[in-house]
Amino acid sequence: MRYAETGFNLEVDLSRGNIERVPSDPHMTELYLGGLGTNAQIMWDRVGPDVEPFSPENLLIFGTGLLAGTPAPGTNRTIVSSISPQSRLLAFSMMGGFWGPELKHAGYDKVIIRGKSPDLVYLYINDDRVEIRDATRFRGLGTLETAEVIREELNDPNVQVASIGMAGENRVFFASIEQGRASASRQGMGAIMGDKNLKAIAVRGSKDINIARPMEFIDHCNAALKYIEHRDKNPIRGVIPILAGLGSPQEMAVHDEQWHTENFMWGNARERRKGFWNPEIQEQWTGTMETMRTRLLSCHNCPMKCGASIAVDKRFCSYMMKCFSKLTYTMAAYSDLDFGLRMAQKATEYGVDAFSCPQTMAFAVELYEAGILTDQDMSGMPKDNDERFFWLLDSIVRREGIGDVLADGTYWAAKTIGKGAEEYAHNNIRKTEQLPLKLGMLNPIYFLMYATGEKANITQIEGQFPQSPFPTREENEAFVEDWIHVPDERFKEWFVEWELRGEKSIPNYPPPEAASEIVNWQEQMHYIDDSTGMCAGLSSFPLKPPFHIHNLPGLISSGAGLDLDEAALVHTTRRIRTLVRANNLRRGMNWEDEKPPEDHWKHRFPELEAKLLQEYYRFKGWNSEGVPTRETLHDLDLDFVAEEFAETGILKEEPVGSAT
Amino acid sequence: MSAAVKTKTVKRIRIDVDKCNGCRACEVICAAHHAQPRFSSTNPARARIRVIRYPLSDIYVPVLAGEYTAAECPGRDRYVIGGKEYEECAFCRASCPSRDFFKEPDSDLPLKCDMCESDPTLEEPLCVQWCLADALVYEEYEEEVKDEPAPDEVDEGLLALAHRHGWDKVRDAMTRMANKAPGA
Repeated sequence: MRYAETGFNLEVDLSRGNIERVPSDPHMTELYLGGLGTNAQIMWDRVGPDVEPFSPENLLIFGTGLLAGTPAPGTNRTIVSSISPQSRLLAFSMMGGFWGPELKHAGYDKVIIRGKSPDLVYLYINDDRVEIRDATRFRGLGTLETAEVIREELNDPNVQVASIGMAGENRVFFASIEQGRASASRQGMGAIMGDKNLKAIAVRGSKDINIARPMEFIDHCNAALKYIEHRDKNPIRGVIPILAGLGSPQEMAVHDEQWHTENFMWGNARERRKGFWNPEIQEQWTGTMETMRTRLLSCHNCPMKCGASIAVDKRFCSYMMKCFSKLTYTMAAYSDLDFGLRMAQKATEYGVDAFSCPQTMAFAVELYEAGILTDQDMSGMPKDNDERFFWLLDSIVRREGIGDVLADGTYWAAKTIGKGAEEYAHNNIRKTEQLPLKLGMLNPIYFLMYATGEKANITQIEGQFPQSPFPTREENEAFVEDWIHVPDERFKEWFVEWELRGEKSIPNYPPPEAASEIVNWQEQMHYIDDSTGMCAGLSSFPLKPPFHIHNLPGLISSGAGLDLDEAALVHTTRRIRTLVRANNLRRGMNWEDEKPPEDHWKHRFPELEAKLLQEYYRFKGWNSEGVPTRETLHDLDLDFVAEEFAETGILKEEPVGSAT
Repeated sequence: MSAAVKTKTVKRIRIDVDKCNGCRACEVICAAHHAQPRFSSTNPARARIRVIRYPLSDIYVPVLAGEYTAAECPGRDRYVIGGKEYEECAFCRASCPSRDFFKEPDSDLPLKCDMCESDPTLEEPLCVQWCLADALVYEEYEEEVKDEPAPDEVDEGLLALAHRHGWDKVRDAMTRMANKAPGA
């Protein structure tokens, strides 16, 4: 018997209309757990380095985490992997909600889509019954509208639907896959789904998910729930309200948005508005939220309430939202929260990423104001600021006029537009990925996370280590008192020593060795979550979470019937992280691209940055070009990667520091 | 003469639909608790509590499984509460032919909430323990009931037979069978 996982994947070839239920190899679970780990392994095996994002050979994998659907609180994530149209690298985008557990209960760990359907279709999975059904009459429907009509067609209100809107159908590079209160938004997974002519996947399941060592497993779950209650009563002192608790930033519940509105950038990541937040705005925005928000919402089997029903044009719920998407449209357009929530409703139905889309629109407005885009380019654009953004959104998702160019994201659009437009695509990381903020002084931890994160976005990595020290050493010391989460005592020492100003402050502190280990710890926790389907909100993202490196080995082992201690789990995570990187390296990702945007920090330190990067590479067991060495790959059972890299010249023999 | 009055303890789960965040943890832990062996699997399709969910209408109603009914209702009502429209079934606890709720998925046998009766007794049913939103709250209260001696099981059975077949037939059958019984 298989535990936690079902042991079967659903292979769907949309070109031929073929559906197969294929057993998975339990050895792969031991090596890569599930979710992102096994997705990366399948992508390596089956999608060669020359496969174009929009080709039938590209796979679109919906991979549930190893523990998804088990009683462990917060295990509900699905990792969607494919080659991104925007970065042309391995993309992994994630969603919580209810879809993943439902798929597990239907009897599958993953849905692996290949080929391209001749007409628009949707996939219906109901336990052993799987059908490719006509969706041509759903063309142009919104993501939530699609889910509703499918539920009606199937006469089952409990079907979980992941769907694309017009943006996905038209292959907008930042199109999302929406699923009720959750979405896989980043890196254009919706565009890949649209390219495959797949409008939606509807799932219903009624099978068991088995637990290997039930009593041990449930003890872990109960302890986590107890700790969540404890943390709820004891928010972290001395940090901003939205970061004091667990879950993703509690922006649906907390009205104080001073931190985001004054630290993140407005417009096209252009302007920081110090002093923006005042009592009048606080009152107005609180009023908007209290009027439009009808309920706080959780994902499957999670006590956190990170989402909310928002009523815009209906009385009770027009759509569901979470986290920072509350503010991205507002801030891109220099508008107010009422506008932001209305715009997000449209954007959710169209199915676009709430990070990249607002910034791309603001980028267009900047280009227009700079005279690079002309009245002719923007023909039909209204004069009113808010209306302009609605017009831009419509143009983009339909790929009409200038929208067709903007739909490729700021990096590619700037290349097409030329005339100096590239200067305005100024806040991209690893070329194509947009960032929403700019800061003053370089922080070595954040530098490394931005530069080396395979997802090219730090929300993938950050979380366990505070973003900055407290004003006094005493407060630092108080913070580490119940900091049971650190891998070892050194992390506490590094933090206690950290100062806001002085000798031990950024950019020179933490020193490269410590910064590398801190980043390594943070990314490790995220790779565990992304492979087990644990929500980062209960594990790798917030400070002092219920799940950490000391209790996750027991949870995973007792749930899935594995025998992982801490060292083994760390080793497994390194293997997954390295294989994800290998997927990118074989597609031409270059270490020279591993850098934050030029002006991300006002103050830059080229020598320090080079030193940080090289120390991190050394710590990871990579060579000076950021390629894992033959020894590292061998140690991680990834000799097949070493062989390919030696053949293709990606791995040049050179002496290196020892792997740790 | 009226029967003496005694008190009995009634167990109750108070459901506050306004506090429900729709997470379905109650379903997950209910199914796990009732798995054999305990917690060895989970499956909301086997749960004895269901959250009736219509997210776009903002409807989240946890319902605990009640009695089995062989036939579905002849008609359906609709309730409007606070402007929201609810199917009558949204509040119904029955395991009934009109829906797939509260039935074992393999056998179709009806499921019924047993308040997590187990040995040792739990402080609270697990759905309540796992609902950190306090949409489910466990309560016990005393209720006065008439203290009548419980009818003898055999007496009750015979009365039912007599009601159906008449005393003559029952008497005949008893005499005939009692004479043939071992030890007669």
